[in-house]
Order: sequence, then C-alpha cells, then structure tokens
Amino acid sequence: MVAALQKKSPSAAAETPASVAGAASSRIRIAAVSHGFDGPSGRLEVLENVDLDIAPGEFVALLGPSGCGKSTLLRLVAGLEQASKGSITQDGQPITQPDPSRIVVFQDPTLFPWRKVWDNVALGLQAQGILKQEKGRVDEALKRVGLQDFAHSWPHQLSGGMAQRVALARALVNNPRLLILDEPLGKLDSLTRLELQSELVSLWRKNGFSALLVTHDIEEALFLAQRVVIFSPRPARIIAEIKVDQPYPRHRGDPALAELRREALERLGLAQSW
Amino acid sequence: MNVRAALEQSPVREAPPELPGVAVLYPPEATAIPASASLQTQESIPAGTFRFYWFGLAAVAAWALLGAVTLILPDRPAGFNESWAYTREFGVLALVFSAFWATLTVLASFRQGPRFVRQIDGLFRYSVPWIIVSALIFALWEYLTAKQGVPDWAQLNPPFFAPPSALIDAYLSDYARLADSAYNSVKLLLEGILWGVAVGFITGVSIGWSKRANYWVHPILRLVGPLPPTALLPLAFFFFPSSHAASVFLIALATGFPVAILSWSGVASVNKAYYDVARTMGASEWFLIFRVAVPAALPQVFVGLFMGFGASFVVLIVAEMMGVKSGLGWYLTWAQGYAAYVNMYAALIIMTIIFSGLISLLFAMRDRVLIWQKGIVKW
Ligand SMILES: Nc1ncnc2c1ncn2[C@@H]1O[C@H](COP(=O)(O)OP(=O)(O)O)[C@@H](O)[C@H]1O
Ligand SMILES: [Mg+2]
Repeated sequence: MVAALQKKSPSAAAETPASVAGAASSRIRIAAVSHGFDGPSGRLEVLENVDLDIAPGEFVALLGPSGCGKSTLLRLVAGLEQASKGSITQDGQPITQPDPSRIVVFQDPTLFPWRKVWDNVALGLQAQGILKQEKGRVDEALKRVGLQDFAHSWPHQLSGGMAQRVALARALVNNPRLLILDEPLGKLDSLTRLELQSELVSLWRKNGFSALLVTHDIEEALFLAQRVVIFSPRPARIIAEIKVDQPYPRHRGDPALAELRREALERLGLAQSW
Repeated sequence: MNVRAALEQSPVREAPPELPGVAVLYPPEATAIPASASLQTQESIPAGTFRFYWFGLAAVAAWALLGAVTLILPDRPAGFNESWAYTREFGVLALVFSAFWATLTVLASFRQGPRFVRQIDGLFRYSVPWIIVSALIFALWEYLTAKQGVPDWAQLNPPFFAPPSALIDAYLSDYARLADSAYNSVKLLLEGILWGVAVGFITGVSIGWSKRANYWVHPILRLVGPLPPTALLPLAFFFFPSSHAASVFLIALATGFPVAILSWSGVASVNKAYYDVARTMGASEWFLIFRVAVPAALPQVFVGLFMGFGASFVVLIVAEMMGVKSGLGWYLTWAQGYAAYVNMYAALIIMTIIFSGLISLLFAMRDRVLIWQKGIVKW
C-alpha cells in the first residue's frame, strides 16, 4: 500500500525516511542464508548458512575463491533473486524485490550504449518517474565523479575507467542506502584502479551509505573496508572476519595493513605465497 | 585532480593509455605530420588561386562526344520507324550537359567563393569519373542500337533494344499512365509495408518477451513464415473482397515475417545484465520492454526491415502482374502485350528509382536512430 502510494505521487517519496539525511544508510541482516541452483547435473549448493550483519554506514568487503558464491550473495541482497533458505532484511523489512535504495555496480559498467552519458546516469530517476523534477541530481552525480564535461558523450567513446565512473554516478544518483559493489574495479588497469579506490572511499565518506564490496584484491579490501569477510570455496561459508581499525584516508604502505594482509592470506590458505 | 584523472579528461580514447608519459614521447610536430599530409592537396593551395582543373575537361569532352555520336552519325531504319524520335533532342541535351560541366570546371578551377559554391566544387570533383563513364555508356548504347555502320553481330535490335533517346519518347508519350502506375504502386506498397512492419514488430517483441506469446505464436510463425507469400496469391485473390486488400495482406505478410523474426531475436539476445541494472533502479516491466529491450533490439530490427522491404517489392510486382489492374507491375505486362519494350525500360527505371529510394530512406532512418553504434555501415 505504501509502495503504491509512493509510485503514484513521487513528491511523497521525498518525505519518506529513505532520503532523510539521518537515514542515508541501511542495516542489512543476512541470517542463516543458504542458496543453490538446480542444474542439469543435479543441485549445485552455492551458499551455506551465511550469517552477516552490516551496520548502517558500514563498509564490508567479501573475499573468497573465484566461483564460491559471492556474486550470488550480492544478487540475493539486491533482491534480484530469493534465497532458498534463511532471511535477508533491510532495516527489519524482508528483501523481496529490487529497490532503488539498494543499487548494484557490476564488474562491467553495463552502460546502455544507446544512451548518452547523461541519460545513462538519469536511468534510475527516469525508471522511478521523477526525472522531470530531479534533473539537477543527474548533473550533480556526474560532477561527483568528475565527468560533467562528458555528459553528451556516447558510452563507446569512454575509456574503461570513465565508463565505470559513469556506472558509479548512475548508482549514486539514486541516493542508495546500500551500495553493492561486485568487483567494480576488477577489469581496470592498476593505475585507474588505485585512483578509483580513493574516489570510492571519499564518496562513501561523503554520502554515508552502507557498502558491500566483493573483490579479489586483498589490498583493495583492506584499503576500503572496515571489515573483511572471508569465504570458503563453494559452497560458500564464512570462515573468517578481519576487522580493519585504521582511520581514513588510509595509506597503502601502512605496516598495520601489511600485517592484516598476511593474516587474510593465511585464512585463504595462501600463507606460503606471502 | 591527479595525473590519471587529467588523462581521462581527453575526449580521444586511444590517445591516453596507461603510460602518463606518452604525450612527451612524440613531439607535437611529429603527430601533426599525418594530418597535414592527408589534407595537403586541398589546403596547401591558397584560396583564390587559379589552377585549371584539367580533369573536368574530360567530362566536358565525354558528353560532347555523346552529343556528336547522337547528332552526326545517321540513324539506321528500325522496324516500322524510319528513324527514332527525339534523337535530335537527346543530342542537344548531351551538349547542354557538356556545357554545364564546362561551367563547373571553370568554377572548380578558382577555389574560392561562398561555402555552397565550394561544396558544389567538391561534389563535382568527386563525381567526375562517373560523369565520364556514364557518357561513354550512353554513347555506346546509342551507337549500338540506333546508328548505321554497326557490324551485324554487334547490333542490338528493336523491339527488345531501344536507344536511350527512345526513352524520352516513352516518358513524353505515356507519362500519364506511367505516373498513375507509379502512384498506385507506391500507395499499395506503403500500405502493405506499414501493416507488415507494425504487426511484425509487435509480434516479434511479444514472443521475445513473453513465454506465453512465444508458446502460441512461435509454431504458427514457424509453419507459415517460410511459405512464399506469392504462393498464397491465387487464394488471397479469392478470399479477400478486393485484389487490393489481398495484395496489402500479402505484402504485409512478406514484410512482417523477417521483421518479426529479427525483432524477436533482437529482444531475446539483449544482455541480461541490462535488465538487472534497470530492475535494481526500480524499473517497471513497461520500462524494461520499451526502454531496455526495444532499444537494445533495434539494430536487429533494422536488419529485419531491410529484408522485409526486399520481400515486399517482389510481392508487389507479382501481385500487380497477376491480378491488380494498376501499378508498375501491371504496366510491365501491359507493355509486353503491345511489344512496347521501350515503355518497359521506362517503367523499370522508375521502379529502380522508387525501390532504391525507399531503401535509402530506410538506411537514412537507421543512421539517425542507431547513431550510437560505432562503425555503422553507410548505405
Ligand atoms: N543462475 C545460475 N544458475 C546456475 N548456476 C549459477 C547461477 N549463478 C551462479 N551459478 C553458479 O554458482 C556458483 C557461484 O557463482 P558466483 O556467485 O558468480 O561466484 P563468485 O564468487 O565468483 O562471484 C558458480 O559455480 C556458478 O556457476
Ligand atoms: Mg562474481
């Protein structure tokens, strides 16, 4: 009922707690979640009894072997799929479908090639039917990622780093309370990656959303997150959690981070490669 | 802003790769050379300089030759005709063209004047090879069909072959019937195409999107689609109240099938990640169809339109030949009945212009709609 009302009168949405300054971030509770896929060769168990809380405004990173089920977990949190077992809640409400308060940034920018940069960023507002009133938010989001001069470029004219920035702007324009990042910097060259890591930190600190990041880069996890959660090979179980108590902005050469890196490698069974 | 951000501000994607020092490696002169070299022929000559455009003279000469062949060489008697009509007029027309090319040649030699003059200049220079070749083709054609002194084995005899000057005769003597036929053909064709495109597109998107629509419509499409619509012609003429309605239906069928198949495959092959992105941002199903699936499918839809147009031309002409009592297809059979082959050529030329024009229009539309694609093929 509430949702229906919000759809019909977009202006009412502005008064819901969602976009009030004090509630810019969500608490996510993942409780005893298991998930699997039915395939031709039987059932494939992907997640096994995962428990994870994300406090409002917290930055959590997930690390784990490739193919263990991290992306699957993110899709469940986004509401793109339903967990087979267990519950996932956002501020106490069960997550049953996608919602603009939880936005995903994928490894590929997946910009719509038939839309110019500006229109790509405007996607969310247009889908929610509030673009006419809120045009300024698009320009502002582009400015936040430093691409205001490229508003009228086509996606194919952008470099990989710029395209991923546009994808970030397209996410941020919705003022998400949870930003879900699935290896967002995985395909970028190392220079661009370092650059965007710093930008992510400052965007997160400025906007105050909760963040859930999957990455295969341990340094990245330690540089960005307050907590690093380590998964076992498939089916994914949480095998360790590392608290990163360093203040922001962090320094990549910090000996404390190096020590945590050693610990993480050990947990992943890669201690000898250190 | 740091180095990387500054590099990324460059609008050229290829230029700033991973090496921040790359710009320093090449001195500015070195990068400037290829650009200036390619423009040298045009730009190094200052505006206002007179430099005679000799190649233009070849165009003048070629058309003068056409005029001379037409006017000076005597006609050979052709069937019932003592000589062909409009030979003089055709020769004079060739000379007028020759004079026109001479004017353009002088104009092109000056390299100055307002923008549109320089544009005409450029267009002329671009077209000169074709202007020359077409005159030579016309001259050979006129010579082999209408003139004395051609060896027997090389003669192209009436009534199957007529000189180009005879086309003027056909257009002037029968313009009313030709114009009426062209009008009726275009009307029938557009009516059929519009129905076909609309129904085909809606069908294709529906079966690409909805499993239920796919279940019911796909088998029908699979059975009926490959049937040549022309095979249904006799039945259609019987079932429909008028031959016009039957033809519209068959043209629509011919256009609609490829449009439906390619719209379907376009929608079905949309990157699923686009839907995930839109859904997390609160997109409704309506939004997913019309703002994600359809735009993403458009490149394929245009392939379907191209194929559908081609098929519709076939059906149009056959339908007009078989039952519709008007149109260019009908005109062809009519001309055949009177052994009026010149009129047949005249009708074929009009047909070419109409069909080629429609396809060009389609491609122009595609270039506008799909402007976001890189490396799009120009028609
Ligand atoms: N829709 C699906 N259907 C069947 N299997 C899937 C599906 N999505 C993911 N999987 C499988 O689940 C496992 C975990 O995938 P994923 O979550 O993408 O791993 P990662 O941790 O690398 O992100 C993989 O073995 C993958 O093949
Ligand atoms: Mg993954």
